[in-house]
Formats: sequence, structure tokens, C-alpha cells
Amino acid sequence: MATVTQVQTTLNGEVINFLCEPRQSLLECLRDVLGMTGTKEGCNDGNCGACTVIMDGRIVNSCLVLGVEAAGSELTTIEGMASPEGLHPLQQSFLENAALQCGICTPGFLLASKGLLDQEPDADEGRIRHWLAGNLCRCTGYDKIVRAVLQVSKAK
Amino acid sequence: MTSNQVLSEVEYNVVGKRPVRPDGVDKVTGRARYGDDTNLTGTLQAKVLRSPHPHARIKSIDTSKAEAFPGVKAVITAKDLPFGSLSKDELGGDYTALKFASDHMMASDKVLFKGHPVAAVAAVNGHVAQSAMGLIEVEYEVLDSIVDVREAMKPGATLLHDELRTNDMGETSDKPSNIATHMSYETGDLAKGFADADLVMEKEFTTATVHQGYIEPHNTTAFWNSDGQLNIWTSTQGSFQVRATVSNILRLPVSQVKVTPMEIGGGFGGKITAYLDAICAVLSKKTGTPVKALMSRTEVFEASGPAPASWMRVKIGVKNNGKMTAVETAMAMDAGAYPGSPVMQAIVCAFACYDVENGKVDGYDVVVNKPKSAAYRAPGAPQAAFAVESLIDEICRELKLDPIDFRLLNAAKEGTRRIEGLVARKIGLVECLEAARDHDHYKSKIEKGTGRGVACGYWPNRGFQSSVVMTVNYDGVVSLIMGSVDIGGTRASIAQQAAETLGIAYEDVKPAVVDTDSIGYTFITGGSRTSFATGLAAISAAEDVKQQMISRAAKIWDASEDDIEFVAGMISHKSDEALKLSFKDLARQTASTGGSISGRSSVDPTGEGNGHAVHIADVVVDQETGKTDVTRFTAIQDAGKAVHPSYVEGQMQGGAVQGIGWALNEEYFFDDTGKMLNSSFLDYRMPTALDLPMIDTVIVEVANPGHPYGVRGVGEASICPPMAAVANAVTGATGHRILSLPITPGKILEAGWENGKS
Repeated sequence: MATVTQVQTTLNGEVINFLCEPRQSLLECLRDVLGMTGTKEGCNDGNCGACTVIMDGRIVNSCLVLGVEAAGSELTTIEGMASPEGLHPLQQSFLENAALQCGICTPGFLLASKGLLDQEPDADEGRIRHWLAGNLCRCTGYDKIVRAVLQVSKAK
Repeated sequence: MTSNQVLSEVEYNVVGKRPVRPDGVDKVTGRARYGDDTNLTGTLQAKVLRSPHPHARIKSIDTSKAEAFPGVKAVITAKDLPFGSLSKDELGGDYTALKFASDHMMASDKVLFKGHPVAAVAAVNGHVAQSAMGLIEVEYEVLDSIVDVREAMKPGATLLHDELRTNDMGETSDKPSNIATHMSYETGDLAKGFADADLVMEKEFTTATVHQGYIEPHNTTAFWNSDGQLNIWTSTQGSFQVRATVSNILRLPVSQVKVTPMEIGGGFGGKITAYLDAICAVLSKKTGTPVKALMSRTEVFEASGPAPASWMRVKIGVKNNGKMTAVETAMAMDAGAYPGSPVMQAIVCAFACYDVENGKVDGYDVVVNKPKSAAYRAPGAPQAAFAVESLIDEICRELKLDPIDFRLLNAAKEGTRRIEGLVARKIGLVECLEAARDHDHYKSKIEKGTGRGVACGYWPNRGFQSSVVMTVNYDGVVSLIMGSVDIGGTRASIAQQAAETLGIAYEDVKPAVVDTDSIGYTFITGGSRTSFATGLAAISAAEDVKQQMISRAAKIWDASEDDIEFVAGMISHKSDEALKLSFKDLARQTASTGGSISGRSSVDPTGEGNGHAVHIADVVVDQETGKTDVTRFTAIQDAGKAVHPSYVEGQMQGGAVQGIGWALNEEYFFDDTGKMLNSSFLDYRMPTALDLPMIDTVIVEVANPGHPYGVRGVGEASICPPMAAVANAVTGATGHRILSLPITPGKILEAGWENGKS
């Protein structure tokens, strides 16, 4: 068996430790080691954005980050987006605007959208389309996704 | 500003509203369990070894080194399948059909496409399985391969299957051929129809191989228990379809296989075929533990369902006023490695939008060394619509006719007899064309440098079997279980129809999708059938509940059932106004009146209403680079009745955008031997949010008489018009007619150079 490394990271606000092999991606660590299956695998080569998570304030494709690279970082995954008080406004907006059909790309889109609005709360349609170009959705044609993000943005 | 319109004539309490979907919260919080989220204790990971050659004979496979690799628990080849280990007599049934099914899953003698499975490994994790795969030694005798559908049809072409004979209009040929089937329909007097025409135009069109492009790769988990029961958890459009495929290949009675459909991350027809399930089942039998597999994106492209490339010749004759006098087409589609392209649907749909007296359509289903094609949203129809609607646009330009007026003049209506003989029921094509003509988009001025295109499309929609069971809880909330997989909001659309029928609130129906042991046979989620057919099952089960509620009330009131009515969620005595119970009040009394109430229904409806869509596209083409940008797009479609308008709009928008991708970007690049060269999302370029405008929608509602609320299917008609709408817009912008998809910048620039206009 390959050697394993202990990684300490902050995941959705909690300091955690996990063991991983050097070759394991962060996506694999989240899904297979930590059992957090909300982060989805669509291509495993950085082209679809389904595995998007927020790492130290930046959105990353977790399939392109090694598990060991998460050491000392702050991660937000889809499991950390809602709170005991309720859904994040983006989650609520996706529901109300029917911005998902099959839903497999939805966690990635939500994290990517959060990453945008955290930095640019007044992003307009053009900015949203540009930012979300790294996330593929095959069901919706993006119309309702863009509308859902616009509804939460302060740009009107 | 963009807009979504619904042109409704009939309003209901729940049907036609836009509630939040029942599975919504789970899907925005990451809690929903998709196929690959299944994790049973002790699960092994499987990887499939695939052929690097598009066409080769397998001379030998040595798995011994892989089996000895630490962490590997089992290795299988086709010899481990019934087809590879049992005699013809022991197998029984249709030998050739079984050979095709079994070999498609894992090749026994020849590989027929790059990516064809030849062996599989189960190991403690995916990395170990991947490493071990490299140790399997396969000796191939590489054969010539054939990629182009027309080349494959020629006499003397390299053959894929020695056993394949052409079924030519019911007659079986005596020589092997790559043409699996030739089909043909004819009506009227074709020669007279063309002789009567003032203008006859004929052109040839081609389309490239494209993929459905669902974001979730194929996956499955199988556990063959020691009692012989095989359990499968997978992402599929049809749990009963997976059961049928697995039981066929493994020669098991269907009742020995239980399939649990997990949430599914897109399918579009591509998740009807079961690719991994039987492989994981056999590995599980060998190891005694659950075995799971997940395709890589490259495997998805190279070994799962593309939609076929096509060659189509179309000829249309018209009078000077635009009235069509005769139509003719020959279409050939590549089925990939095994027969079964959707060319039948292509020729049936080709001219279905038009009322034309004289016509002939021919179709050829042809095998080539590509992955076996699978259904893709309105299978066959989009290619046909591209060809026919492009040629009609040329005719309109030649005769200087408005493209919508031309289509209104020729539009199929209720009673129109189509070329294959079916007579159209009540349909809404004219209403869609009128909505397009009257739309702000169509009336707006076409700016300089912009091209505008219009096209329409047809898909018959399907019925088929569906089952629903619903149980009334003591609090009056109804649990509804169904066999239809929810791929884009059908839990909501089925619950809405149940609630409407019962006269209760949408929130008081809790829908669930269950496994093959827990519900009656239900056909796939596909064919635009689920909201229609499973909706009918839900309505019928609700009627069953209502009747039982009436008999309970009769018991409580000591009255005759005939004197009691169930209206708008209230159970009342027809003549005694004091005797009245709400649905919830009566539900509370079920325990004391005979126990729980369950309604059930299995249906196989034939009253499906045909679907039509009309699209308007504006494009701008960069004169320097040839790049096309879609600047405005409007999708109009007859939904019959939109049960949940937001998800109907979603189907219209999603189909339109897949079609825009098919029109402008998407194609498999093959080398001369049939090896795919662009098997990633980076190189197989699907539309992103940045490539598109908002997609305006108009839902037209011409009620389907075959459904109490008028519902038609909506999933597929939306992908039929966009390729021609975009192509026609490109012609408007550039003056060039591009006859092959996709309409790449290179093709546009080349057309300009040829015409000396660039």
C-alpha cells in the first residue's frame, strides 16, 4: 500500500484531520475518505466544474487539487453552505427559479456562484456568465441558473 | 428584455403552478444520493480494460499478472459470461441477439470500436485496479476499420459482423452486409407531384457524431448476494431496462435481479443502455462483495452512447406560392458497432410537420467501427429536421417567401395523413407558428450583420407502461410511489397531477421513486412520456383512492356509495348537506373503517399527443474568424398543458441549447481508423454560460385529448429545430448555405473563399 499522510484542514468551519495517499485528489479525499459525497465528479480533469469547492476564498476544481495540498487551508463544500437557520440565499434562489433539472452540476454551480458574490456582490449578467463559464450544465441551457444568481446579486 | 410566456386557456388549482420540487432541498444541499454516492461496506472498485483498436480480432488475453497484483480481487473477460462459457443450446433464445448484447458489454471474439470492453478488474481501490489493468496482456490482430456511413454501405466494404444480413423491407439478404435494415414508406404519386412543381430543389446534408453530454458519468454498484439475489444500484433512465439487460446477458430470471435507481445526473437517452451493471455483477459474484464502477469522461465519450452521424438527401417540389407538391428523402445513419440507429424515427419525423400529398422516405441502418449509438433526445429527428428545414429555407429564399408563412401554408393539422400512414391527432403546430409570427422577436428589425433563422420540429411523444401506488396516511398526506426515474422534475409534475385529481394541496403529496421489487413494471424515463404516462397512472390511482374514500364515507354514514360524491377534496352526501368530510377528516378515520387506503394503477396509454416546436434564432458571424454567436433565441412549443411551466421551460431551453451546441461546435473527431481524438470536455466543446443569451420561451397549450389535463410530452421536440434555425440564420448573416454540421468557423470561411466573397 502506498504511504499515507495526515492532513489537517478546516472544512466548513471545523478543524479536521484525514489520511490520504499523495496521489489522491481533494475530490477523492472528500468523497471516498471523508464520505462527503455532495461534491460531484463529472470529468476528473478540470473541465466541467462539478467538483467546485472554495479553498481559501478562491473557487477550485477539487479534482485538480491534491488532498495533501489542502493542509492548512480553509475549505467550503456544498455541505457547508446551508446553516441551521436555513438555506443560503443562492440555494433558495436555485429552488425557486427551477435552476436545476438533474442536479448533478448544482453543488458546483452553487459554490462557484457563492465564490463570485462573496467577492462581487453586485455582479451583473455578463459577469455571471463569464464567471460560470467553467461550470458545465447540460440540462438547463443556463438561463434559469443565471437568473437565480442574478436574483441574489445586488445588481438590478 | 427576455421573457417567458404561457399561452393558457384552461387553469387548474395545482396543475400549471410552479411549486418547489420535492427533491429540491436535497439537490441544493448535496444530500441527494446519486449512483456514485452509493458506498456499501467492503465495496471494491472496478475498472474496465478497453480496446485501443477500432476493429481487431482478439487472439488471446492473459490476465495472470493482473490477478497476482496486490490488492486485486478478481479479473474477468468475456469467458466469464454465459455467452462465453455456455453452449448455444444451453443459452437458448435468439443467439445472434444475445451475442450482440453480450459482446457489446464485453467482446468475446472481435472488438468493434475503440473503447470496446475486453476485460475488467476489481480491486481494493480504483488506483490499484487501474495499475493492474496495465498488466493484462491482450494480443490483437488489427483489422481494417470503416468509419463513414456511406463507405460502409458500399459492396465490398470491410464487414463488422459475418452474421449480419440486411433486412430489406422484410426480406433477408443472403450475403453479409453492414446495412442492418432498409426501410421505406411512400404515399401518393411521387413522379406526378414533382412534375406539378414549379420549383424542385435537392441537396445532400451530413451531421457529425455527437454525444448526449450528461455531466454524471455512467456508474453502478452491484452485489450478488450468497442467496443468489443480485442487487444493483445505478444511475439509469430505466430501472426495469437495466433489469432486463442484466437478466438477459446473465441468463437470470428477472425476479432474481433487483435494481434500485439512484438519482441520475442527466441522460438525454444515453442512460437507457446498461454498460457496467453486468460487469460489476459478475465481479461481485466472483468476490462475494459489492463492486462499483464509475466511467472516466474519456470512457463516456469513447464507449457510451453517441448519437449517430448521418447522411441525408432531401428533395422537395413546390408551387410558386410555396405549396409543397412532393417530398422525398433517403437517410443513412451509423448505428455504430451494432445495429440500432434511430433512422426509422428520422424518416418518420422528417416531413411530419407538413401536409403533403406525395412523398417517399427511405432509411438505412448501418454499422461502422464506432461506439454503438444510443438514443439522444428525439433520436433521429434532429438530424432529419436539420436537413429538411434547411432545404425549406433555401426554397423560401429562392421564391422570396416568408419562412413562417411558408410553413403555415403547408402545416400539418388534425387529420393530416403522414407519409408512413399515421393520421395526426389534435396538434398545435399552427398555433406554435402563429405564436412565432406574432412574437416580438420575429417582428423586431433584423440589424445589419445579423442573420435570422426559423425552423420547426416534430416528435411523436410516447405512452408505454407506468405504475403508481399511493397510500393515504392518517394525517391526510398521500405517499406516492412510482417506477419512473426523476431526471428533471417529474416528482413534482406527477405529484401535481395526483394533488389536482384528489383536490388536495401539492404539499400533501409526497412522491418517491422506488426499486424494481417495489412497484409494477414502468418503462424508461424517455420518449417525452413520463409526465404524460406516469401522470395518467397517478391520476388513475388517485381515482382509485377517491372511490375507496367514498366507500368509507358510505360505511360511516350508513349510506349508499351512489349517494356520495367526491368533489374538490370534499366527500359529501349528495342529498344530506350535513354529511360532509374533508379529505383529511376522512383520512383520520381510515383506521376505524377498515384500515389504510391504497390506490394503485398500471397503465399502458396510447393517447399520447404529438409535440411540435418552432425556434427563432438570431446570429452574428465574425467576418474575420467565421465564429458564430447566437445573439437572441426564442423557443416556442406546444406542451398541451404545462404541468409545471418552469420545468417545461427548462426542457425547451435545455433542448435548444443542446441543439445550438450540435449546430455550431459539437462533433467527434475521428482519425482515419475510427479513433476518437477529442474525448474530453475541453476538446468536445459543449456550450457554456458565456456562449449563450437568455433563451426566451413561449409555451403554447393545445390540449391533448388523450389526457384529462391535456398534457403532452415536452422533453424532446425542443432539440429538433435549433440546428436548422441556426443554420438558416447563418445563411441570413453570410449568404452561405452550410450543408454539414457542425457549422464551424472553418466551414463558414471556406464557403466565403469558394464564393469569392471573403
